[in-house]
Amino acid sequence: MTEMNMIQSLNSALDNLLESDPNVLIFGEDVGYFGGVFRVTDGLQEKHGSKRVFDTPLAEGGIAAIAFGMGLNGLRPVMEIQFADYIFPAYDQIVNEMAKLRHRSGGEFSTPVTIRTPAGGGIKGGHHHSQSPESQFTHTPGIKVVYCSNPYNAKGLLISAIECNDPVVFFEPKRCYRGPFYGDPHNVPTWKGHEYSEVPEEHYSIPLGEANLTMEGDKCTVIAWGAMVHVAEQGIKDSGISCDLIDLQSLVPWDRDAVVNSVKKTGRCVIVHEAPKTSGFGAEMSASVQERCFYHLESPIERVTGWDTPFPHSTEWDYLPSPQRIAEAIKRTQED
Amino acid sequence: MTGDEQGGDSGGFAVPDAPSRPGEKSHFEPWTYTPEDLSQPDPKTCTAEDTADHSEGLIRVLDDDGVASGEWNPNLSADELSLGLEQMCRLRIFDDRMMKMQRTGKLSFYMRSLGEEAIAISQTMALQNHDWLFPTYRQPGCQFVRGRSMVSMINHCIGNVEDNVKGRQMPVHYTYKDGHYISVSSPVGTQFSQAVGVAMASAYKGEDQATITWIGDGASAEGDYHYAVNFASVFKPPVILCVVNNQWAISTHKNFASGGENFATRALPYGIPSLRVDGNDFLALYSVTQWARKRAAAGLGATHIEILTYRTGAHSSSDDASRYRPADEHEYWPGGDPIERLKNHLILNGDWSEEQHSELEQRLDEEVVAAYKEAVTHGDLANGPWPPASTIFTEVYEEVPWHIQEQREELGK
Repeated sequence: MTEMNMIQSLNSALDNLLESDPNVLIFGEDVGYFGGVFRVTDGLQEKHGSKRVFDTPLAEGGIAAIAFGMGLNGLRPVMEIQFADYIFPAYDQIVNEMAKLRHRSGGEFSTPVTIRTPAGGGIKGGHHHSQSPESQFTHTPGIKVVYCSNPYNAKGLLISAIECNDPVVFFEPKRCYRGPFYGDPHNVPTWKGHEYSEVPEEHYSIPLGEANLTMEGDKCTVIAWGAMVHVAEQGIKDSGISCDLIDLQSLVPWDRDAVVNSVKKTGRCVIVHEAPKTSGFGAEMSASVQERCFYHLESPIERVTGWDTPFPHSTEWDYLPSPQRIAEAIKRTQED
Repeated sequence: MTGDEQGGDSGGFAVPDAPSRPGEKSHFEPWTYTPEDLSQPDPKTCTAEDTADHSEGLIRVLDDDGVASGEWNPNLSADELSLGLEQMCRLRIFDDRMMKMQRTGKLSFYMRSLGEEAIAISQTMALQNHDWLFPTYRQPGCQFVRGRSMVSMINHCIGNVEDNVKGRQMPVHYTYKDGHYISVSSPVGTQFSQAVGVAMASAYKGEDQATITWIGDGASAEGDYHYAVNFASVFKPPVILCVVNNQWAISTHKNFASGGENFATRALPYGIPSLRVDGNDFLALYSVTQWARKRAAAGLGATHIEILTYRTGAHSSSDDASRYRPADEHEYWPGGDPIERLKNHLILNGDWSEEQHSELEQRLDEEVVAAYKEAVTHGDLANGPWPPASTIFTEVYEEVPWHIQEQREELGK
């Protein structure tokens, strides 16, 4: 075990697979010589060569297209979209092409592309360096959607994503690259000493589709993913109420048993995400919990989310779900 | 002409129009191109600049009288030529029958290659059997060259229980992996940039394998076309990028796809050798494809080819082309008909006759009818059997995840 931040653990995952599988290629904007604007691919080109790790033209639609083609011709491409906000020029290639290739070809072709992309707010990134567009992919059959939250699950999930024979969109909460985020911009801890910063140097994987129960309690189930897992942890502590905290990790497919068993136990549910509320993945969670746990529910399901507005710059702390909003929601679920 | 082609000072912006509309006389500028116009540069030393004339002009081998000449003459044997003629006729007769099936309600939809048969047939014949083909819906003919059974193709078009894509895609959206023919998808242009990635993978693996892809003049306005040319320019993979300029994208004339007259020259500033070829000239198509294949094999990267042709048929069975262009416009196309031109060439050479041609057409029609009869033994459009409903849920992912399994159980099939 080595203490790593999330950048180092993602880098370690990529390094392990470049080492073990000659068909793994990594490419995107600034990922080669420079090692990525967030340094996730730092040193990989130098170590593995420029045929394995390379820069591309600034054209997300083209990056996704060549990844599609490489994947169907036997390679295992790992492409980076520098910010999730910039994934939309590639949307057609992901939604109409990657997601449907296996099905449309009767299983004759498939393309095991992994799309890594930093997402979410908290870095003063304004409209276009802050969005969390996971629900724009969870609504597309044929791709898997993963959202890591800490150094340990980042590495284990990324390895599973790359080894998966289906296309995977892999969201990395950029606010948590160097430390967990508890919702207080004046408190900026690093990953040092955090239980999930102990990461094996060697290959390991966390199955896609499995959630992680990170706190256990009996009064309420809080479901979150990405950076909001840590904000929710703070919100639970602030509420003083005993809660299960489920880090969903995989959104498609999501862990039915973890969610259903917890809500049946607690009878209450709060869902937290930083993306806008309307048609967010929280709506899917809420509907599913209602369908599966209605007779166990003691109170209405709460959603604490980003607002239905563009993501702001200087007022982002009022946009993102705060520990206070989460604590209030948890308390509301306890009312008769 | 109703378009306002003036912009700027005269007010507003320019809106182009087609050269002729229904009720107007069809007109194309006569071609002055001859097979002697253009030299054949060495594919292994040729630069983009060396192809300036080849992208501005038009590579032809067959003249209007059916005589083959010039440096681009591939000098194919009579056997190769008659096989090419047979495959083109097979495609046309297949299309005719399938279109009749669509008109009588036996297929939901159909798209013909009418007037463009030489492209898929000649170019596929000019390649190696393991080269990747990344087609649009207008190159199904590749599959005949690669040996796909006609019955299997019809099974797909019907969407019956033997359809290899399990009734999931519209007719003519073929998949044929054994023939290295990558599955067709409806969004136009996406394959063009994907093909660059396919070729990069072949190069990465060190295989002598080229990838050919096609795009229409209309779809060349999509970003995917421009991604493809730019990525091919940067990474130099063994890819052959063909723009089939058949003048029409449903009702959108090629004047709306580009403000310029020429599609071939677009890739010159990217440093990609670019050719413009008579798309109804089987020999010229064969030759330029072979030339591009040599560049690919030598590790010299992409070749960009404009294939100048005319979409003789409507866009699809859902389209009535006489609503937006003169119904007889194809008769005025300076490139003529690809089958007639190769047939006349073979007859001129003493290698073919009208009688042989009639016999061939008769034999092919019987072949198509027999194939259709066999295909419907596996199910027809009205009565099935169709693929089981469970195929809705399979192959969305490698394994069926729990939420899709639940939905399958809800359907109860």
